[in-house]
Amino acid sequence: MTSMPSADAVERSRLDPEPMRRRDFLGLAALWAALGTLLFATLGSLKLVKPGVLPSPSKKFRVTLPESLGPGDPFIAPGRPVVLVRDAAGVYAVSRVCTHLGCIVQPSLSGFDCPCHGSKFAADGAVIKGPAPKPLKWLAVTSLGGGTFVVDEGENVPAGTRVKA
Amino acid sequence: MTTPGQVAAPALRRFADNLRATPRRLRETMFRTGRPDTDRGRSTFVFGNVFLHLHPARVHRWSLRPTFTMGLGIFTLTAFLVATVTGILLMVYYKPSTALAYDSIKDIHFVVPTGRFIRNIHRWSANLMVVGVLLHMGRVFYTGAYRAPREFNWVVGMALLAITLGLSFTGYLLPWDQLAYWAVTIGANIAQSPREVTDALGITAWFDAGGFQKELLLGSDQVGQEALIRFYLLHVMVLPLALVMLLAVHFWRVRKDGGLVRPVDAEARLGPIPAGTYPVFTEAPQKTWSLAALVKGKTPAVGRGPEGTLPSMPHLMYAEMAVFMLACLACVVLSLLSDAPLKELANPAVPENPAKAPWYFLGLQELVSFSAFTGGIGIPTIVLLGLGLIPFLDREEQGTGLWFGGPGGGRLVALSAAFGLAAVVGIEAFAIRFGWIREWWLAAPQLLITAVNPGTVLTAAYGAWSLWAVRRYQSTRAGALALFTCFIVGFVVLTIIGVHFRGPNWQFYWVPSEWPGH
Repeated sequence: MTSMPSADAVERSRLDPEPMRRRDFLGLAALWAALGTLLFATLGSLKLVKPGVLPSPSKKFRVTLPESLGPGDPFIAPGRPVVLVRDAAGVYAVSRVCTHLGCIVQPSLSGFDCPCHGSKFAADGAVIKGPAPKPLKWLAVTSLGGGTFVVDEGENVPAGTRVKA
Repeated sequence: MTTPGQVAAPALRRFADNLRATPRRLRETMFRTGRPDTDRGRSTFVFGNVFLHLHPARVHRWSLRPTFTMGLGIFTLTAFLVATVTGILLMVYYKPSTALAYDSIKDIHFVVPTGRFIRNIHRWSANLMVVGVLLHMGRVFYTGAYRAPREFNWVVGMALLAITLGLSFTGYLLPWDQLAYWAVTIGANIAQSPREVTDALGITAWFDAGGFQKELLLGSDQVGQEALIRFYLLHVMVLPLALVMLLAVHFWRVRKDGGLVRPVDAEARLGPIPAGTYPVFTEAPQKTWSLAALVKGKTPAVGRGPEGTLPSMPHLMYAEMAVFMLACLACVVLSLLSDAPLKELANPAVPENPAKAPWYFLGLQELVSFSAFTGGIGIPTIVLLGLGLIPFLDREEQGTGLWFGGPGGGRLVALSAAFGLAAVVGIEAFAIRFGWIREWWLAAPQLLITAVNPGTVLTAAYGAWSLWAVRRYQSTRAGALALFTCFIVGFVVLTIIGVHFRGPNWQFYWVPSEWPGH
């Protein structure tokens, strides 16, 4: 694609190159334009693949705590990876999604155990044993009264946040 | 020119003759050459056939020795072909929808005529393909076949390895049972695990590569219908197409890079062609030509017969056919012996315990159980990059074409295997017995664990061993031999630990019968 060196090319310095031939310039311009188009088309088509709206089911759900639930006992929301606890200070919800690789942790004597890679968490979600890098998430809870609460799995709150029943 | 009156009868006869000759003519036009019973016939048999013409007309005896290639490339190709055929058959009944997928697999397994057998063959051929790819890589490495001019084909081979694993992984989700659901949940969260680092640095809000990867893979933030259809698309369309295209490049490069590798003194090592060999070239050409400017490889000497080579038809063809039949046999026998598993319907609320990925990912799962990012992305990337760079870092020539060829040779490989074994067993035993940083120091910063965990310690030990080998033998090939052997041993041991010694909650058990009841 480059032109043949002409007779006087030898005397020219590297900093004073021979002007590019128009044909070479147009050819290179076309090549780079084609490559650029291809690159942008590829990046553009990634926009289609990346979802604009997440089709997962609603993150908010309603749950009623049974009267018989003792203080500090974990209550697993039916069908949800969430545990609710009622103690003297109020009610809080902790996500049961392991912060390591997304398995659902199960209640144990010490708090929660992850079945996939052996992480252990305390009852308040703090990591006791690796490989989980972070404590379990605390979730936003709103009280509807009468022992019924709305939990939002999509909204995290600082650990220790409780809501009065 | 003839007049119409004269032509009438002969034309009809000609028509009848043509009709009678049609089967013969069809055969002759399809196969332009006759029986391959002369040198010329054997050659045209190969290059006159579109399916065979990737083969050379003559093949060196070194390449035909069963102990040299062990037929692993053809074995892997056969496994892929079998998986393709059975996969198409399974697609007849399979329905990629979360509501129907599990039932359709159940139908295939219990109702569809021969369905269980075909599904078993599909599963076993996929497994054999993974085994074949890994063994083939080992063969190419240990015979030094990645060296000039074959460097690029080694890189293509790496891509084929990655696609093969991708095919297996995407196929794992399709039955939509507990095994599938939780293995893919873990896989998708490994894709998200760069967050372990970005979270620790506090930059996830601006740069969330992990979240992007997971969303691209699942089309959602959890495994659901979107993920199933994406995995289905990847499994039946995107990855097979990519694989076939790269396979074409891979095979074509084998020819263009001068056929299979062999030592410079292959002919001296082999000696003269044994007396019983048939057929050999009866009329050895007095001259050979090659397009020296266009075709790579050394020009055969003019005036010398092609020593050491035999006609591809029948020697190579029959050898390939034997491997092909053996691979098919292996698929069928294994399918008769062992059924493909199908657990309960996927349940997003209760993980399988233990949740295990396919066996070839369990080595990774073992590493992941120390740090998600290091084990799932960091170390695999280092290993793939390291493997890809081998031909560019080792450019020596000694030992090319010989098993364990190069400085150190078989002794270095044995030593490295012993070192690799000791290192991986020692580190694993330590971590299982004493735990790791988080157990000793609860508040340890995550970045410390990401950087220093049994996986990285093992990688560092292997790297140090390889550097020792480079210095000891003053050879990059020795370093490559040491490192590759260590990693193979590490991979095998971690896989065995993941498959056999890990039970519920990923705890260590000597035998599965010790697992607590469940």
